[in-house]
Order: sequence, then structure tokens, then C-alpha cells
Amino acid sequence: MMRTTWTVAAALAAALGLSACGDRPQTLGASGVKQDSPAYQGVGASQYAKPGWQAGDRNSWEQHLRARAAYGQHEYSRSTQ
Amino acid sequence: MARMKFVCDAERCIECNGCVTACKNEHEVPWGVNRRRVVTINDGVPGEKSISVACMHCSDAPCMAVCPVQCFYRTDEGVVLHDKDVCIGCGYCSYACPFGAPQFPSQGTFGVRGKMDKCTFCAGGPEANGSQAEFEKYGRNRLAEGKLPACAEMCSTKALLAGDGDVVADIFRTRVVQRGKGAEVWGWGTAYGSAKGGA
Repeated sequence: MMRTTWTVAAALAAALGLSACGDRPQTLGASGVKQDSPAYQGVGASQYAKPGWQAGDRNSWEQHLRARAAYGQHEYSRSTQ
Repeated sequence: MARMKFVCDAERCIECNGCVTACKNEHEVPWGVNRRRVVTINDGVPGEKSISVACMHCSDAPCMAVCPVQCFYRTDEGVVLHDKDVCIGCGYCSYACPFGAPQFPSQGTFGVRGKMDKCTFCAGGPEANGSQAEFEKYGRNRLAEGKLPACAEMCSTKALLAGDGDVVADIFRTRVVQRGKGAEVWGWGTAYGSAKGGA
């Protein structure tokens, strides 16, 4: 009886001691990178946010950026207007 | 769907470093880290050319291919970003990148190399858009504010163009046509279908 008790106690101690040897999960891939919300979702209420487009509407955001890029960088189109 | 791209017009770049300054100011980039810089060919020689270089957000990004912990990801707009909580600062991306875009802060103890930092196309990173955490790790998220990258919008000669690839290509093509030269550059025929250019 005593021998059995010692055996069980030793097994439990070994299991407890070895549990610290386990590795943390090292799964690669999409699970490692946190999710990023798309830019067209906007930044919410912010003094830096540019008005003129609807946050959450992808098409509205894309059209706004296209217009901003064309107006701000395309002198030839501005000079002919 | 928009595909965000940079193009630097070497005929216009005057090496003023306004883009570099705008980037450092907008994102409060630490000392020693330059997400963007101006490279000059034949410096001091008549006819020298300068271009502004940063991450080009490659469609088939070599940094993404070699990263051992896969911290890179690409947004729907084609912007290559990375997660600093996953990056281990190994530097493989620095060796793989043909543009020298990945930067490593070295202000730690014994000059230890920190997490990689690079141009984000002013699109922040994997934190809540516009949050303080995003700003401290990746800089301002101008795309989510409805703006374009600060470097291009601050460029005094509009040499540096940024935005949807279609718009950028249209602007550059118009300039080349107006100049009457430039169509001979490598890749023109591939991009626009005619070796002689023209609208």
C-alpha cells in the first residue's frame, strides 16, 4: 500500500514538474498577425479625419481618394479646367 | 478596387528632402530610422538625378516571402504592412528588400536591434484605426482619415506621386506625353502597350 502511494505521488510530481517543459503554441500564419480593420472604416470622430466621404462605404472612400490624388497631383488636369 | 502605389518622377525631384521631413514629422519616427530617403545618382555632376525611395509595397513582396514568423500581411488596397508584436527583429526582410526599406531602431542596451520599422503608406498597422497604440507603433493612419501619404502630399514639385495605381499612372503618362520624352524608359511598352507612348 505504501509502495503504491509513493509510486502515485512520484508520478504526479513528475507530471507536475514536466508540465513546465511544454512549448508555447508557435503556430505560424494568419493566426499570428492581429486583425487590421480596413482603412475605409475610417477613424471615427477625429479632428484629423477629412470630410467628404462616408466611413464604412468602400466605394465612397475609394472615389474620395481618387479625386484627392487627381486634384492634388495632376496639374495638367487642373490647368485645363 | 484601388491598388496603392508610389512613383517618383526623377525629372522633377530636386532633392529637397521634403518627403523625408514630412514622413518623420507625421509619424514621429525615432532618430536613426528613415522610412523614406532621397537617393541621388551622379551627385554633383551636371544632369544628376534624384529619386525618393521607401517601401514600394511590392505586389510579390520579398520581405513577406522570407519572414520566418510571417509578420507581414497585405491589405485589400495592396499596402504591405507588418505586425510589430509578431516581428522578432531578425533582419531577414532587410536583406531581401531591394529598396532598403526595412529599418531597425538601435537605441536599446548594447545597440540591440529592435523591431523592424518601415513605410506604411500612411496606413497604420494592426491596431484600431486612429488609436494611440497604432500611432505609437506604426504612425498615423492617414488613409483611414481620407488622406494620401504625407510624403507625396507635401512634395513641393509633385515629383513623388502616391495613390491608386490607375491615377498615378495616368498622371505620369500625361507628363511624359507633354514632355515629349520618357517613353523610351524601360517598361513603358509593358505598362502602356506602345513603345512610343502617347495617350
